[in-house]
Amino acid sequence: MTATLPVKPELVCPAGTPAALRTAVDAGAENVYCGYQNATNARNFAGLNFTPDEMAQGIRYAHDRGAKVLITLNTFPPAGRVDLWTEMADLSARLGADACIVADIAVADHIRRRHPQMRIHLSVQAAASSPEAIAWYVREFDVKRVVLPRIMTVSEIKGLVDEIPCEVETFIFGNHGLMVEGRCSLTAYVTGQSTNMDGACSPAACVAYDQQEDGRLATRLGGVMIDRFAPHETAGYPTICKGRYLSEARDGGYYAFEEPVSLNAATMLPELIRAGVHAFKIEGRQRSRAYVRKVVAAFREAVDTVMAGDEPKLADLVALTEGQKHTEGALKSKTWR
Amino acid sequence: MQSELTLGPNLFHWPAEDKRDFYYRIADESPVGTVYLGETICSKRTPFFDDTDMIEQVADRLARAGKRVVWSSLSEVVIRRERRLLEAWSRQEGRELEVNNTAALMALSGTPHRIGGLMNVYNEATMDWLARRGATHFALLPELPRHVLAVLAETATRLGVSLEVQVFGRASLALSARCYHARAHGRTKDNCQFVCGEDADGMRLSTMEGQPFLAINGIQTLSHGYLDLMEDMVDMAALGVTHFRAMPQSCDMVAVTRLYDAVLRGEMGAGEGGAKLRALGIEAPFVNGFYRGRAGADWVPRQHEPA
Repeated sequence: MTATLPVKPELVCPAGTPAALRTAVDAGAENVYCGYQNATNARNFAGLNFTPDEMAQGIRYAHDRGAKVLITLNTFPPAGRVDLWTEMADLSARLGADACIVADIAVADHIRRRHPQMRIHLSVQAAASSPEAIAWYVREFDVKRVVLPRIMTVSEIKGLVDEIPCEVETFIFGNHGLMVEGRCSLTAYVTGQSTNMDGACSPAACVAYDQQEDGRLATRLGGVMIDRFAPHETAGYPTICKGRYLSEARDGGYYAFEEPVSLNAATMLPELIRAGVHAFKIEGRQRSRAYVRKVVAAFREAVDTVMAGDEPKLADLVALTEGQKHTEGALKSKTWR
Repeated sequence: MQSELTLGPNLFHWPAEDKRDFYYRIADESPVGTVYLGETICSKRTPFFDDTDMIEQVADRLARAGKRVVWSSLSEVVIRRERRLLEAWSRQEGRELEVNNTAALMALSGTPHRIGGLMNVYNEATMDWLARRGATHFALLPELPRHVLAVLAETATRLGVSLEVQVFGRASLALSARCYHARAHGRTKDNCQFVCGEDADGMRLSTMEGQPFLAINGIQTLSHGYLDLMEDMVDMAALGVTHFRAMPQSCDMVAVTRLYDAVLRGEMGAGEGGAKLRALGIEAPFVNGFYRGRAGADWVPRQHEPA
């Protein structure tokens, strides 16, 4: 083995709005990711995302400060509507975006043929979780970077980095779930809106909070009860894979899929850098500017500290999720499986 | 192309002898033309049936009964064992293979293969791209509404590939790296003790108010409701769908496949077939909302279908 220094990972930061984009760049993000106001991105929520003009300005702002803009085209166009996705890809190329984050084969193929200079990043929605799957996307579409599913341990990630011919991006902070992204129809089962085709997981328009006579608060998605909270509990947003259910194997309601925790890989940061990960993704395009500033600045400092050979102040990063339960997710060991 | 009823891969961890006897009975008594064999959900299950002579005996018996046998791949491929299994699977010469994970395309690109119902083929351009690299047959995701399916059917017809839609059984809704069966029993995937074997049709999850909602099958989450698109098969065949898939469940699958086959051939009306299907004692509601462009858990009568 050669004793090469690890690459300095880029911080890939969420920009749900133009203001969040500027905030993330100012706080030290090397990459920001954002999408248009339609079904071509997986956070297709009212009040989020960019008009073409806003995207042009955002790209200019980022480029003037040495940051890159990655555009999320990370949903699956349904038959008959592929044009919307290819138009957004063409627009992104015209605006000088630095990469498109893509999940669907047709979208990747379009970019590869029409915009050979455009970098393709393989979205986590493509669910490429083995060297063979990733190598296939690299061979067919010249993918430059793969965003890994949140289901791999650090040692598995290390193995991948050594084996695959492209850059690796991992999630380090934000939403945590163990469902394979891009392979989930749970929202569509109760709401009729598809996460993959419409870009919405648990759309707000289908959510209801329902005060029960006994003082408990039920949360519903498409009318289906996802959880029920006692008066002293804090009610969470109803996402099917974070709900409580009944099973014959258990007494009372339990989190059948995952506890409502968020991912904070702060303590794993040095190990992930040593594993050779090229980019760290912070989730949260639906979050406020203040949140983006705080999280990006803290991870900026931590990555710089590790790269300088010093110990990062992990307590500061752990404190980012203070008051909330957090987890290192899949990264630490495989005992969660 | 003549329409054909098929039997999809068995998603559940039934005792090996039960699986063998199930397929023997299918060989002898069911009208399905194609049977998909092979573990698609969990690599830990393969020593029980897939890695034994039993599956070869089953395949022989099905072939002798005139059924076409297709070998389905694992759907989730992450750890070394899964990668090795997939690699060996992709090297079975002379067999028809159905891909359920993109990792398999690395080995199969350029040779004829099928694309399975757990792969993301949502549009005509993706279908066209895959067909040009060897895909001859596409099984579609359950969540596609009729208007999307219609475009895909037109594309399949133009490309000369066959197209398959699930018309019976629980719909696969999600895959995970975590085993939710083990979790329900306070275990992990590594020490699961194959507790998924206790639930022949998956483990029921109900909401906190007691409404049955989902079914857990190891790393897979299925609908509680059973898909039933019996009354739409003739319409789908006219659109260009060539194959109609019944998924194995613990109910009388010979009876189920006979009903769907009779309706598909026009020997029985969909109304009569539907009534007989509902008399089989299946303890779950029937659903068709995905196809109707509604919530998947809904049942929408055919006359209310939007034009």
